[in-house]
Amino acid sequence: MTSATIGAPDGPQEFLRAQIRWRWSEIAFWLATLLPFVLAPDYLVLASQIAFTALFALSLDLILGFSGIISLGHAAYFGVGAYTAGLLSAWGWGEPLTGLAVAGLAAGLFGYLTSFIIARFRHLALIMITLGIALLLQEAANSASAITGGFDGLQGIHTWPIFNRFDFDLYGRTAYGYTLAILFLLFLVARRIIHSPFGLALRGIRENGQRMPAIGAPTRAHIRTIYTIAAVMAGIAGALLAQTTETVSLEALGFQRSADVLVMLILGGTGRLYGGIVGAMVYMVARDQFSGLNPQFWYFWIGLLLIAVVMFMPDGIIGGLSLLRRGATTPEAKDLP
Amino acid sequence: MPPVFGVLFDGIAYGMLLFLMSVGLSVTLGMMNFVNLAHCSFAMLGGYVAVTLMNALGWPFLATLPVAFVAAGAASVVLERLFFRRFYNAGELNQCLLTIGIVFVSIAGAAYIYGTDQQPVHLPNYLQGSVVFAGLDLAVYRLFLIGTALAITVLLTITVEATRFGAQVRAAVNNQRMARGLGIDVDRLFAITFALGSGLAGLGGALAIAMLGLDPSFALTYLIYVLIVVSVGGLGSIAGSFVAAMLLGVSDMAGKYYIPAFGSVLIYLVMMAVIMWRPAGLFGRR
Repeated sequence: MTSATIGAPDGPQEFLRAQIRWRWSEIAFWLATLLPFVLAPDYLVLASQIAFTALFALSLDLILGFSGIISLGHAAYFGVGAYTAGLLSAWGWGEPLTGLAVAGLAAGLFGYLTSFIIARFRHLALIMITLGIALLLQEAANSASAITGGFDGLQGIHTWPIFNRFDFDLYGRTAYGYTLAILFLLFLVARRIIHSPFGLALRGIRENGQRMPAIGAPTRAHIRTIYTIAAVMAGIAGALLAQTTETVSLEALGFQRSADVLVMLILGGTGRLYGGIVGAMVYMVARDQFSGLNPQFWYFWIGLLLIAVVMFMPDGIIGGLSLLRRGATTPEAKDLP
Repeated sequence: MPPVFGVLFDGIAYGMLLFLMSVGLSVTLGMMNFVNLAHCSFAMLGGYVAVTLMNALGWPFLATLPVAFVAAGAASVVLERLFFRRFYNAGELNQCLLTIGIVFVSIAGAAYIYGTDQQPVHLPNYLQGSVVFAGLDLAVYRLFLIGTALAITVLLTITVEATRFGAQVRAAVNNQRMARGLGIDVDRLFAITFALGSGLAGLGGALAIAMLGLDPSFALTYLIYVLIVVSVGGLGSIAGSFVAAMLLGVSDMAGKYYIPAFGSVLIYLVMMAVIMWRPAGLFGRR
């Protein structure tokens, strides 16, 4: 994966500053996210789903790609956020922005509590613990069907217009603008975190979890912090699902969602900030197109896509792209987003 | 009869299935650290092979079992040659992506050929019904299941503990690099173990149809249970897989019997408790 850049020419400050600078490709990327409004107005509903899924994948990237915590149960936090926002709305408070905040808070709280367990384990044990937490939460949500609606899903969610002006329309214009804005804001937060000294410490933990405490880094405290932050972001992504689709069901925190987001992130490329976003785009668009082709067997084509990507682009799509660019740019291009 | 014995009996039968389906993954994971999420696809393949032979060609149930074993083992060899061997040194994330891709393809392939319905299975008369033993009402098929799995366990244990091949496998699981240094061809060993393990999964899949049912989602549904067995038992340990499978089979049945409202909560709680107590699993060393 990405190696820590050794021997940056002008010391650590200059290294960080060089990383934090905005590149033209990044600006072009974010401008291109506005294109669906003009080019594909029929697909804005899908685009908004991609946007909150991308946010979910980005939150997983923070813990997996940058801190080396493999989670097979990240949907737990997505689900907590989705149910919090959904319940808030079903109980009569449909204001979207406060809903997001409360959902993020709830998911963050759950993330903080579970992070004490997470920080103690590594490898397969860690994967199984995260999986177990998500499965237990799903069983809990299922048995509390009086509140959550169980398998039928939560009824009666209605999201109020944003700022009392932008109503959620049938075509997803508001939904996409809203989710995209939130995705961009939280992307900025994630970008800032990754390029801070704290972000560097996280990469150190990913590269060598035993050596970091030896140089005085509070490894477990760092892991707890980033895990909580990732949980907040996942919760907000879940809240966006609840608010824009106005439905929440048990699959919001199911194993399938945890596995899907992991696949998307690896597909796009881990530890690259844009990997989760690109992975979510490719995966969701492919799924939409393939299931339009043949509703029953889209799994087949998605499977082939995954095998092809992993055979020919072992560092994910973003990794493959930067490999193509490598000749033209600096050797450090691999480490850049 | 007190229900506790019935629950225990069903749990052990279920545990035997879990053991057959997971022991191969445990050994290959322990040896090569290769994360094969497609392990249950081989179990599913075994199941479909048995169903096809029985329903389309009219084979007797027992005769389909060895074929399911061979078919799943052969399929695993093909996939190992084509794909898996290129990824032994790749990161575990790439291994996950590759094998989950194979799972997706296998699910879609099964749905394409067989549809998404549960497959019907007709057990021969001598495996139906139940016998009464010491006041206990025991289903014949589950007795058969337990007997078969126990026989295989004994065979496996002898192979691993008392043969040259088994000694090489143990060496490779203990320390792969050292085993290579001593001249053991670990790659070949791994290919054989992988085929055997997948074959056992195929056999487990064929035996599972009558108890668990079979549809295309099998490969993903039981992946969770297999992962739980492997992690609770400890990587690379046959005894560990056996104990873990029994423990989890019994706790799952007990959970579903005594607290049906909470479904499979008990199996997850047991898994979490064991892993928090021993992160490397019951019999794991790493």
